[in-house]
Amino acid sequence: MSETSKLKPGHIQGETGVWEMVIGLEIHAQVSSKSKLFSGASATFGAQANSNVSLVDAAMPGMLPVINEYCVEQAVKTGLALNAQINNISVFDRKNYFYADLPQGYQISQFTKPIVGEGEINIDVDDNNQTTIGIERLHLEQDAGKSLHDQHPSKSYIDLNRTGVALMEIVSKPDIRSPQEAGAYVKKIRSILRYVGSCDGNMEEGSLRADCNVSVRKAGEEFGTRCEIKNLNSIRFINQAIQAEAERQVEILESGGEINQETRLFDTSTGETRSMRSKEDAHDYRYFPDPDLLPLEFTDSFVQDIKDKLPELPDFVKKRLVNEYGITPYDASILVEEKDYVNFFEKAATGGDGKLTANWMISELFGALKKENLLLSNSPISPETLGELIGLISKGIISGKIAKDVFSEMMISSKKPSDIVKEKGLEQVSDDKEILKLVDKVIADNQDKVKDYLSGKDKLFGFFVGQVMKISQGKANPGLVNKMLKENLK
Amino acid sequence: MSDLLKYDLLGASEAIKSKEISSVELTNAYIEAIEKTSSLGAYLEIVKDKALEMAKVSDENISKGVSRPLEGLPIGIKDMFCTKDIKTTASSKILDNFYPTYESTVTQNLWNDGAVMLGKLSCDEFAMGSSNETAAKGNVINPWLKHKKMSPGGSSGGSAAAVAARSALAATGTDTGGSIRQPAAFCGITGLKPTYGRCSRWGIVAFSSSLDQAGPLTRTVSDAALMLNSMASYDKKDSTSANLNMPDLMSYLGNSIKGKKIGIPKEYTQDGISDDIVNFYQKSINWLKEAGAEIIPVSLPHTKYALPVYYIIAPAEASSNLARYDGVRFGQRKEASSLDEMYEATRGEGFGDEVKRRIMIGTYVLSSGYYDAYYLKAQKVRRLIKEDFENVFKKVDYILTPSTPTTSFELGKKQDPLTMYLNDIFTVPASLAGLPGISLPIGLDKLGLPIGIQLIANSFDEPGLISTAHVLEKSADFNFIADGAAK
Amino acid sequence: MSNKKSIVDIPTVNKIARLSRLDIPEKNKQSLTNDLNNILGFVANLEEVDTSNVEPLASVTGHKLPLRSDIVTDGNMEDLVLKNAPESSSGFFVVPKVIE
Repeated sequence: MSETSKLKPGHIQGETGVWEMVIGLEIHAQVSSKSKLFSGASATFGAQANSNVSLVDAAMPGMLPVINEYCVEQAVKTGLALNAQINNISVFDRKNYFYADLPQGYQISQFTKPIVGEGEINIDVDDNNQTTIGIERLHLEQDAGKSLHDQHPSKSYIDLNRTGVALMEIVSKPDIRSPQEAGAYVKKIRSILRYVGSCDGNMEEGSLRADCNVSVRKAGEEFGTRCEIKNLNSIRFINQAIQAEAERQVEILESGGEINQETRLFDTSTGETRSMRSKEDAHDYRYFPDPDLLPLEFTDSFVQDIKDKLPELPDFVKKRLVNEYGITPYDASILVEEKDYVNFFEKAATGGDGKLTANWMISELFGALKKENLLLSNSPISPETLGELIGLISKGIISGKIAKDVFSEMMISSKKPSDIVKEKGLEQVSDDKEILKLVDKVIADNQDKVKDYLSGKDKLFGFFVGQVMKISQGKANPGLVNKMLKENLK
Repeated sequence: MSDLLKYDLLGASEAIKSKEISSVELTNAYIEAIEKTSSLGAYLEIVKDKALEMAKVSDENISKGVSRPLEGLPIGIKDMFCTKDIKTTASSKILDNFYPTYESTVTQNLWNDGAVMLGKLSCDEFAMGSSNETAAKGNVINPWLKHKKMSPGGSSGGSAAAVAARSALAATGTDTGGSIRQPAAFCGITGLKPTYGRCSRWGIVAFSSSLDQAGPLTRTVSDAALMLNSMASYDKKDSTSANLNMPDLMSYLGNSIKGKKIGIPKEYTQDGISDDIVNFYQKSINWLKEAGAEIIPVSLPHTKYALPVYYIIAPAEASSNLARYDGVRFGQRKEASSLDEMYEATRGEGFGDEVKRRIMIGTYVLSSGYYDAYYLKAQKVRRLIKEDFENVFKKVDYILTPSTPTTSFELGKKQDPLTMYLNDIFTVPASLAGLPGISLPIGLDKLGLPIGIQLIANSFDEPGLISTAHVLEKSADFNFIADGAAK
Repeated sequence: MSNKKSIVDIPTVNKIARLSRLDIPEKNKQSLTNDLNNILGFVANLEEVDTSNVEPLASVTGHKLPLRSDIVTDGNMEDLVLKNAPESSSGFFVVPKVIE
């Protein structure tokens, strides 16, 4: 245990040495469109089975695809936000395979000529670890339907509501080296998608899912054989699945085995990955350009128009927060994860101490919300009240310690902090005479200690401070207490 | 009653409009003709009640002084077109119980223009074939030399046989590599394949999406013009549909072709062509010359690669297009205990041999390791074939070729798939280039079987194609009627 | 093509039939193998064409891919979607059980 605790994240201590993880992610992000990629049926989540299905989605004979313009724009917009190459000519291919929830017998996707090419994004893993992850490509493709296996002992039930919903598949380069980086990467992609509005990023409803390609190697060696873990729908599962898969591979390799390149599923109940039986068949997808569609072409001005309308992106906002509010880059990266956070922060920090506001938001508010299972949008504490609380602290009206009590009260009652302070008489005592009384009392009550202090036991100073604070019930201004004790302990 | 069958589409239209005949009378005559010629096997489905209902509406329209372009004209529909609530099988067992809940754009256009539906016409299974012998429900017999049981050609064999047998005033067809023109030639009628993109593919069972194109099979060039006027339309539901207005083709009938340049490609006069066809080809050239056209020898150097290109591209697309016939959402299912076994049993039993062969070839040429050598190579040569035509159309207005290397053959005679494929040698190149082509009858061979001639025009020049074909039609003055036709 | 003189054999036919989800009766496999070899032999003359500077042609259509507006215009027709299904239950298509 002490061995592993010294390891860097993404490293595994084996019997033969330290192994390094090599990870690439394929993120499937559902485009925030009203209708499907190639049909006019609704793309809404959660409708009655087979109700959001057109004849095109059900692949009835003679039905043909017509592409949704909005989806094209969202792909371009996202590509621009990923600092990526936009391809003015791209091609839709058919990926051919048989599956119950794939009515056409092929998925319309983009293979050799995707709409977006190479790009890169910056991620912040923690305060000391910022890195760049390459984007291989982004392409548009159709989602498949849903098979339900638990409705009948010998049958599967098929719902085609999701069939044909537009997905953007964002493929990273194999630049990711730890589960933590993978998590930061997904968070960053999600926040970019939400900023530009191309995907709601909702992992619970499946509008953002990831396939993780994982392999292990000894430092400096060639990439090992990879396995693909399919369909992970939370950052926690991504973390766990990668760790479990990498450990599995190390175990196999160290016992002299070989890794089979295969598709695996993460079992959330056991925390392990297992081979997918339905994917055992060697696939030969026979990609070829879909003859029902023509190459997708657009002009530079189409791209420029989208670029002109692009909103502020996370990296830009992060830089601004660091410069304007003097907060750390890592804190800024957490705040820019969601536009909501930034808006909240900027309102709360108006005219106050930015750094203090960031600290309170990230450690106190986010912590408290998480405990209560609340989203920031439902927070009992508003940006205004948090701002006021920060103001009370920085003006010295209450101490940081008292502020925590006030904060807890605010979480419960949604009251203004100034009202709570008034009601409970929590204002900091900053009156010289009041404090002098307390100092005198502590000195009088502890003559032994005063002697010891005066004879050189400097460390006892803290004891006197503590005693004064204690009898003031925490309300005494610590600065004044210090000053007066020094003046009077002579 | 039988007098009614002598009208061609245009003639019948005029007779209905002038109230000389009623649509109900005419439709009844055709229903009777269908019954009389039922031994030909052209129809898979007859919709008598619907036909009479539609005819009645037309007659009411006429009495109200309303007449749509095809008002009251009874026609047949190739079974590749999905027709709402009417069984549509593409002549395949796998779709034997399929009742579309929608109507194809082309047939909807026809009904909107007043045409009356007689029923669904047989074809090769999924339009794959050149003899109509791959149809699940059996052969269609060519009404010419009926006793000898000749092939009507394919894949639109039922459509061609019905028009030739006068059991439909006109019919729709689809043409992927010659499936309208070759059966039209075999049955002594006119068949027009429009430019790719002229007729919407929406609602037509797909065979090879980059090649499939609907068109009419009719008695005359004028009838083809009348039908195509209605069939063609820009359709937003088909991404490959051309957003171009079709000029009124009827106004191009009777135009002079004086000074027009007709190309005669040297590659279309190779061996294997019957002498009768060679003779009539020469006659046609002379007729055009007499009409004032200039005859210019041209070369389409990649012609000999057209069939190989076609037999890679069409099966490749078909292998993917036919994946949806899996027994899950429509069509026949053969029950099995696992999903994959169900797929294999359903498709193994539902598809005929030729369809399976093409799916296998198509899967093979797209599969990993073979894609570049076959599919990609074929796409490249396809471009060269298209460029051949582009070069020739810089010099000439139209190209004249035989429609087929031989006239019809006896059913069951050509067992080998490759020999069968050679039937389309003259029709496939224009299909690969997406060009419009028309086959019209110009004479009979020694046996008394019809000979067809093909005119090919540049993209979207259907008007010129109609003008030129009309001139040729007049010169040929083909007025023979099949012995197996309804009397 | 010359370097991959594609001689289709029965194992290849089995593999392709599996990819195509086609049950081919054992007795038909040899004749199908022969047919495929004949057809592949027939198309092999393409290899003599020099296509070194030729772009593949996927569509003869001259126009651009048309785009449609993002409006819900379709769906809400479970009955029509399921009407031709060989097996359905409570609004779902039903197939033999799939094991993932």
